[in-house]
Amino acid sequence: MNLNATLLGQMITFALFIWFTMKFVWPPVMKALQERQGKIAEGLAAAERARHDLELAQKKAVELLHEAKKQAAEISEAAHHRGTQIVDEAKTKALEESQRMLTAARQQIKQEIDQARRELREQVANIAVLGARKILTRHMDEAANSELIKDLIQEI
Amino acid sequence: MSATGTITSSEYIQHHLHHLMFNLKTMSIGNGGFWTIDLDSIFFAVLLGFIFLTLFTFAARRVTSGVPGKLQNFVEVMIEFADNQVKETFHGRSNLIAPLALTIFIWVFLMNFMDLLPVDLLPRAAGAMGIDHLRIVPTADPNMTFGLSISVFFLILFYSIKIKGVKKFTKELTLQPFNSWLMIPFNFVLETVGLLAKPISLSLRLFGNLYAGELIFILIALLPWWGQWPLGGIWAIFHILIITLQAFIFMMLTIVYLSMAHEDH
Repeated sequence: MNLNATLLGQMITFALFIWFTMKFVWPPVMKALQERQGKIAEGLAAAERARHDLELAQKKAVELLHEAKKQAAEISEAAHHRGTQIVDEAKTKALEESQRMLTAARQQIKQEIDQARRELREQVANIAVLGARKILTRHMDEAANSELIKDLIQEI
Repeated sequence: MSATGTITSSEYIQHHLHHLMFNLKTMSIGNGGFWTIDLDSIFFAVLLGFIFLTLFTFAARRVTSGVPGKLQNFVEVMIEFADNQVKETFHGRSNLIAPLALTIFIWVFLMNFMDLLPVDLLPRAAGAMGIDHLRIVPTADPNMTFGLSISVFFLILFYSIKIKGVKKFTKELTLQPFNSWLMIPFNFVLETVGLLAKPISLSLRLFGNLYAGELIFILIALLPWWGQWPLGGIWAIFHILIITLQAFIFMMLTIVYLSMAHEDH
């Protein structure tokens, strides 16, 4: 074991290498490592946020679906209700109309009956008068006959 | 290898344990006492350091906070590994310690890894180019491990003084474990030994493991060819664990020592 000046040379070399590592190797790699660490942390946080958002969205979707179902049921019920209402209304209207027409027809019939009766009465009267005139032309006693006619008319 | 025939086993081993030395006083190849550079150790250490830094800088330049590529992934794993080790052990705030830990781990690992290359491969290739001696494992050279640990030691001293102040640090060295004026010399000796033991144990542990590993590879290379591959294979597989573990231990202990330097006792 003989120590010599190699030792000094080695010390100088060592110092230079350490300096070089400290200056040119260590900082950029360390910086990149820290940056990547930051990126990963950010990514994890973003994933967590996204997961949370997804959960919220799912909850919201379920709520909306529920709401929509409820609304649909309501609408269908209302439509059903309205349908029966319309049918009922139509029924009553038809009934009313038929009633109205019936009464109108009855009235008309009555009027026509009255009319016929009146005409008939006049014709009978005319016939009676005609008959009486014929009788009178044969029997001169008109006075007695007219009395008879009057009675006749009254009877009719 | 044993087949080289003309040289004996001990010559072979000694040849393998000989550094490519450069004498700074005469400016020529050869051993010149302290003012000598182990060219092979320095060369491979710097080369591996450059491979590490080039790879990591290349990844750091094209780094993205989006989806990382394979290289970036690897670099990030290593950096996070070092950063986590520092965060678990060291509770202060420092921009130096984590990059320091990363540099130590990767660089020491790569230097240790040279031990897994066949012991004769690169020395033979160098021999063919006219270079007599070549040791390719920088961490099996005490100069290299001491170079690392003494640097760490200076950092320990620096942070001890910076965080605690000279007064408190001196108190720590002189008034522990026996808080009495009479015991100051004894305390000082004890604490100094404790302090110096840190870099010495740090470097000797790494050096010892890798030197022993290398030596065993050399010894295995002396066996006849049919004995080499099973033993060499087993030792290499086991050695994968050792080189990683030693790099990790060096890094961990550096972090622990530096965090101790930051804390009050």
